[in-house]
Amino acid sequence: MKVRIALTMLCVILLGALAFADLKAPKQATAGEGITITASDGGELLLYGPGGASKRKVSAGEVQIPGEDMRAAGHYLAVMGDSSADFYVVAAKPSTLNFLARPSRVPVSHPDAISGVAFVFDDFQNLVQKPAAVKFDLSVKNSAAAIRSVETKNGIAWTRMPSATKEGAAQFVASVPGGTPVRRVVQQVASDACDLHMKAQKTEKAIVVETDPIKDCSGNAVPDGTIVTFTEVTDKGRSTVDARIKRGTAKAELPLAASGTISVASGVVTGNELHIGGGQ
Amino acid sequence: MSRTIPILMAILLVVLVAVASVSPSKFTPARTPDAAVRSFFEQVKSRNWSNAFSYVSPSSNTDQASLQRELGGKDGSLRTYSTLQEIQTKVLRESDVEALVRANLQWSTAVGASNSSRDVKVVKEDGSWKVFWPTEKQQNLPPQVIPVNYLRWDIIRRGPEEDWGAQNAEAPKVRIISMNAIERDNRTIVMGEIVNEDTVPGFISVGATLLGANNDTLGEESSFDKVSHVLLPKEVSPFRIDFPGVKLADVKNVRMTPNSLLVPASADPVIGVLNQRIEKDARGHSMLRGELINQSGQTVNIPHVLATYYDNAGKVIWVSDGYIDRALLPQTPVPFAVDLRDDQAGNVQSYRVTVNHYSLDKGGL
Repeated sequence: MKVRIALTMLCVILLGALAFADLKAPKQATAGEGITITASDGGELLLYGPGGASKRKVSAGEVQIPGEDMRAAGHYLAVMGDSSADFYVVAAKPSTLNFLARPSRVPVSHPDAISGVAFVFDDFQNLVQKPAAVKFDLSVKNSAAAIRSVETKNGIAWTRMPSATKEGAAQFVASVPGGTPVRRVVQQVASDACDLHMKAQKTEKAIVVETDPIKDCSGNAVPDGTIVTFTEVTDKGRSTVDARIKRGTAKAELPLAASGTISVASGVVTGNELHIGGGQ
Repeated sequence: MSRTIPILMAILLVVLVAVASVSPSKFTPARTPDAAVRSFFEQVKSRNWSNAFSYVSPSSNTDQASLQRELGGKDGSLRTYSTLQEIQTKVLRESDVEALVRANLQWSTAVGASNSSRDVKVVKEDGSWKVFWPTEKQQNLPPQVIPVNYLRWDIIRRGPEEDWGAQNAEAPKVRIISMNAIERDNRTIVMGEIVNEDTVPGFISVGATLLGANNDTLGEESSFDKVSHVLLPKEVSPFRIDFPGVKLADVKNVRMTPNSLLVPASADPVIGVLNQRIEKDARGHSMLRGELINQSGQTVNIPHVLATYYDNAGKVIWVSDGYIDRALLPQTPVPFAVDLRDDQAGNVQSYRVTVNHYSLDKGGL
């Protein structure tokens, strides 16, 4: 009876020893950095992670897992025989950004017209969920830059910025400390015409109308190619010419008339009106 | 005798071949003014210009080539892609030596049916009736070089190697600035105006969905050719969308879908619309007439006129269009006329005409 009890105890101890011949791993690791797993016995160690799986033969003791096997952030599981250990790999320090800047073209002097969204990644393209400061820098040549620092939430930082009062290609740059800045270009273009003004001159064949240099309310030249409509209303009817701005002004020829009115408009903006007649 | 039969057969054969090879002249003198006009247009229909010209009175002071250019088209105009389909005539007045006949013509064209009406003077000469067809003399511009500073927009789009966050050149911003819905001829018509608010040209289209009481879709259509598809910066275009068979009373909501695409474009040609006025035509219908003048140096083959009519509150109350069957040569005025509904004519306070253009060397409307 005593022998039976002794044998049973021995089996329990041996099974217990087998059961506890386990793997020990740190609870958290950093992507791209190796870790050490302690194995109480030798054998085949399988490592499963979000980016793939690896298999290696190891001896009892400390097993070095190289950083290249742990590039992807996420949950990992090490298995050897019946024993296993799991750990979590977090993203490394921020190094790269994916930067969405919208729109690519915006009229000047518009509040909150430009939006920037930055996604922060480490060297291994893991989204860095730990808060990190992202700097947004919007500048037009010969103007002071608008700078904002925004902390990421779940790896994303975003901002809205006004467009400048000067037209031109604005450099919109997002950066994280230690990372490579990402540059986008937001073309800031003239807004609607302001104080649209024309003058007219009678020639032998026609009335030549021409605007003054067309600018928006911030003094930026309205781009060439913009439509400017001249309308002449006389007793013969109405004549219209959709002229294009060329070199800053728009010009058109309207039929000769003894009397009438000429008006000018661009889009929804109207300009001055001229009256023909009375020897003018 | 044995030789006579083959010789006779040979002579008969030669005679038959000769008769078959000589095309018979279809000119048969017209006994009435109506017959003269009909016969003239029948020959035009079959593009038999010499026979058509034989019905033209010499007093017209024209030649066959001019007649052919006028009725057969030239310079790649819409008329060159047209065929006369149907002719209806009506004698308006008639005397012993002169008559006036109204010819209502239906042309089959590359852009659909086109109707025109012309009052033709017919004169009696040498016992038969002939049409008096004075061909419009077009001024020929002297050879010259017209300097044009082309304004053009070209586009470089993002490449496939760019990362997903990289920018692309965005489509222009367009906005519907006015809209109106009416019911006419058992159809609901949605019309209005759209503006390109951006600084780049765009290819635009306007779609509309009519929704009923339970938000069910009653119809879904687009403006098709009743819009200027290519809009330069700050350009305004009318649009009209027809929903045949839909009653306006059933419509509870209209969902508008303006779409735009960034496209390469040229700022030329500039087409002036001169002396626009609303008049009554010979049948008493209201028409918007005027002249188009191509202020650029290149020929516009097919002009397309879009007219927007406003009431005294500035609301768009009608949009009509028409293709012009003559090409717009540089600096040469060409008359145009587009229909205006008689029931709308009284409400029209103002109007605006825009011109689409199609050029063979450039393509695209």
